[in-house]
Amino acid sequence: MLPAPFDYHAPETTEETLALLDQLGDEGKVLAGGQSLIPMLKLRFASPGHLIDINRVQGLDFLDERDATLRIGPLFRHKAAERSSLLASRYPVMAEAARQVADPIIRNRGTIGGSLAHADPAGDWGSVMLAMDAEFVLRSKGGSRNVKARDFFSGPFGTTLQPNELLAEIHIPATRGRSGGAYMKLERKVGDFATVGVAVHLQMDDGKVRSAGIGLTAVGPQNIKAEKAEAALRGQALDDATIKEAAALAAAAADPTSDQRGSVEYKRNVVRVFTERGLKRARDRAREGARG
Amino acid sequence: MNRSITATVNGEKVSTEVEPRLLLVHFIRERLRLTGTHIGCDTSHCGACTVLLDGVPVKSCTVLAVQADGRQLTTVEAIGAGQLHPIQKAFKEEHGLQCGFCTPGMMLSSFALLADNPDPTEEEIRWALSGNICRCTGYMNIVKAVRSAAVQMKQAAAVPAGAVAGS
Repeated sequence: MLPAPFDYHAPETTEETLALLDQLGDEGKVLAGGQSLIPMLKLRFASPGHLIDINRVQGLDFLDERDATLRIGPLFRHKAAERSSLLASRYPVMAEAARQVADPIIRNRGTIGGSLAHADPAGDWGSVMLAMDAEFVLRSKGGSRNVKARDFFSGPFGTTLQPNELLAEIHIPATRGRSGGAYMKLERKVGDFATVGVAVHLQMDDGKVRSAGIGLTAVGPQNIKAEKAEAALRGQALDDATIKEAAALAAAAADPTSDQRGSVEYKRNVVRVFTERGLKRARDRAREGARG
Repeated sequence: MNRSITATVNGEKVSTEVEPRLLLVHFIRERLRLTGTHIGCDTSHCGACTVLLDGVPVKSCTVLAVQADGRQLTTVEAIGAGQLHPIQKAFKEEHGLQCGFCTPGMMLSSFALLADNPDPTEEEIRWALSGNICRCTGYMNIVKAVRSAAVQMKQAAAVPAGAVAGS
């Protein structure tokens, strides 16, 4: 399979990238890891006139934590997330999601930012970002704006990212004190898209939930933030009854469709079971100490 | 508009012009005539087209040839270089292939794994190869072959150069 013809640009700076995006408008498309975009081009689901390959821009593959914020650059690849000791110790929901994205070869190239901009409702990172209450910095030639993950996704493969904008940075509130997380994913085989995925992120204070984040993968037209379940957990001690109630609310927030991976009832039930298991796992991790 | 690229392929510099939409796997097979790299699914699933880009396994059906500009490419043709590499030898001895279609990709993923982790457990091998599909389902022997290659490479590394000839 061969993509439709396009012009190729390989800028070396962010400014050059933003100038190209500005100039090319609807016809320009950013190429990061390419592990979703290139298959889309080959299948002719997408045929932009121009590709702007950002792989030669230096310094876009960063992950750092400062001023109470975890910052991630647009070329930070799944593999780097999988191997990060910072994520393993302080952001377990990210470390667990990273190693379940696609397969190891895809993870060598694919990026978190690219995956978010692609906005596949079965993508894993969207749920993680919703659970962690992430914010995205969208830069354009004229300026920059911050958009919360919950306001970013707009239906299947849709986002509020404008054609002239680059998803330039991901900002996540840094964990502090006792925190825990988990990413639960059901897939038919390695490398398949999720049948169901659930991201859980907890911040605890004195044995009670200060904030809870729950994101759902592949059970709706976009990644879903289970806000009622999150609210039910806030301020609570995480006993089994509270967890069960939150899991039922998360299942109610899911809006799956029946397909070859399972029926509506089945997927909704997996959301319930995964939310329960994920919350218990996150709670145990917070107790064990993931301290900031 | 065509683009000029220069890449180092299996240690040799190659300069040529490519159409931006040309996939790396077609560049390797059709332009360079290195047909050891196979096209399997053509949809980024199977790993038959795996090559090393700057030492890192990538699916060459999901990378553009133009992206290899200034980079190092390694295909299965290079890993033996005149004689069988211990990985190739182990695949042969342990029956790590049946039809052989997935084998180049399997070996390149194994090559990168052993460079990174010279003594992997069975689980680590299975994890590292999980992006490569064998439709003969010969995974048992593939895993055995990688373990065997790890042991052989470790032994070879432990013997100082010239020690065998001098003994």
